[in-house]
Amino acid sequence: MPVSVLLILGMGAAVGFISGLFGIGGGFLMTPLLIFLGIPPAVAVATQSAQIVASSTTSVLGALRRNALDHKLGAILVAGGFVGSALGVWFFAAARRAGQLDLVIVISYVTLFTIVGSLMLKESIREFWHRRKGGAVRLRRRAGEHAPYLGWPLRMRFYRSKLYVSVIPILGLSLFIGFAGALLGIGGGFIVVPALLYIFRVPTTVVVGTSQFQIVCTTLVALILHAITNQAVDMVLAILLIVGGVFGAQFGARMGRHLRAELFRFLLALLLLAVGLRFGLELVLKPEEPFSISVQEVRQ
Amino acid sequence: MRVLGLLLLLWAGLTPAQAETLITSLSNHRVLINSNYTGTQIAVFGAIERDAQTVARATGYDVVVTVRGPRQFLTVREKERLGPVWINQDQQKFPSVPAYISVMTSRPITEITSDQLRQRQKIGLEAIISANDFTYGRDGADKPFREALHRLKAQEGLYLEDERGVTFLTSDIFRAGIPLPATAPPGNYDVDVTLFADTVILARTNTHFELVKTGFEEQIGVVARDWSLLYGLATAAIAIFFGWLASVIFRRD
Repeated sequence: MPVSVLLILGMGAAVGFISGLFGIGGGFLMTPLLIFLGIPPAVAVATQSAQIVASSTTSVLGALRRNALDHKLGAILVAGGFVGSALGVWFFAAARRAGQLDLVIVISYVTLFTIVGSLMLKESIREFWHRRKGGAVRLRRRAGEHAPYLGWPLRMRFYRSKLYVSVIPILGLSLFIGFAGALLGIGGGFIVVPALLYIFRVPTTVVVGTSQFQIVCTTLVALILHAITNQAVDMVLAILLIVGGVFGAQFGARMGRHLRAELFRFLLALLLLAVGLRFGLELVLKPEEPFSISVQEVRQ
Repeated sequence: MRVLGLLLLLWAGLTPAQAETLITSLSNHRVLINSNYTGTQIAVFGAIERDAQTVARATGYDVVVTVRGPRQFLTVREKERLGPVWINQDQQKFPSVPAYISVMTSRPITEITSDQLRQRQKIGLEAIISANDFTYGRDGADKPFREALHRLKAQEGLYLEDERGVTFLTSDIFRAGIPLPATAPPGNYDVDVTLFADTVILARTNTHFELVKTGFEEQIGVVARDWSLLYGLATAAIAIFFGWLASVIFRRD
């Protein structure tokens, strides 16, 4: 694939910067960018998972040092994530055989990004409004306020997270994230973190570390499975993305400390909606070349 | 005696007196391409030998050099409108087509020989692609797919036709340069040289060369294909290493 090395490094750095700024993995931005650049979606998704592994390894190691990680919750998340990842890679291969992988990826991006983007936008605007009126918005833990499915059977106690909930919704969430991550080349931090915070009420001190722990494990599995079943991992591209991303993220994180939280979420929401919209256009606009070739097999 | 005479007559009837003989040679039988290289060229040299009885032809000779690369199983898909969105719908399978085809001629191919002969002998890119054995026929529905394959492959420089690709150095010695782009897949390449005079085929030769890819990226590609588990683990190890390195370098506490 003749793509400029400097361009990939630059993109890796730019996306790394943004991901550091927002404290997210950056996969959801990088994979679309690679696809828009003309890299086949299969290669973009599979290769980007390597970059996610690298960036979340950094965060997990940091979290371990600060002891900001709930091991038990993390283990449950990882268990669900593994199953989701395997299903995602299997589905990816099946869609590719049927010739509809590009469509599946594009539609999933449009749906996921439009939904998550608009929810975030709504939330940030509401928060902004409250703040202008003077009242500080704070998450409070009140008895009887939990959603009913948290009280389902198989309840488990998570001491670090101060939780006593059913593992079923947790497994369901991690299964979904693993599946989406393997299929779309995203870590899923931008879904897991809000879900753990708002639905399960996991304390902010452990939420990022725990979700990054889940991401590093499931993406690692996805990466290896992608290499075996789809052979779509490009090691050279992966290294370029990682090197660019690692440095970009550090500068982004430094900048991020001066940014206000609700402005943060507002900008992130706009970014998600923009990427979703861009994919939507791809789906609706008449393609310049309606035909495409795919190589099934090389006969020697 | 009579049987032997009959056999001889039959022999003579089966192999027409070869007035012209074609001798060809490739500049190389093993071509090395570096993955990040822009491509390379291989030269075909040829000489036409006339036996003593044959008189020089008034019209002169024409040569067509056809190179076919290793075979691939391809699927061509067409995006069609379904409601508001464009998705892949109709498809055509090409079970065994050359990954690379180039046709070099000394003159525009339509001037060299008749339509029927070109179709029958598969002379020229058009004739090869529209031949029955190129893909399944579907009562004309296959035609746009053949055209699309031609167009897309031509864009990559993998299917090409050059009507000035063969140059005559003297009236009976010629040379053709076959361009091989960096995207040409490794494998066996068939070189078919056909000699024409006055729209008729006089002689034909067939040789081969092997295209071998070298270089770092190619080796990685081989490992990714044949040792996929190892490759996946190695990529994962690299990713974890860089992640750890970053956490050490940019440690904040």
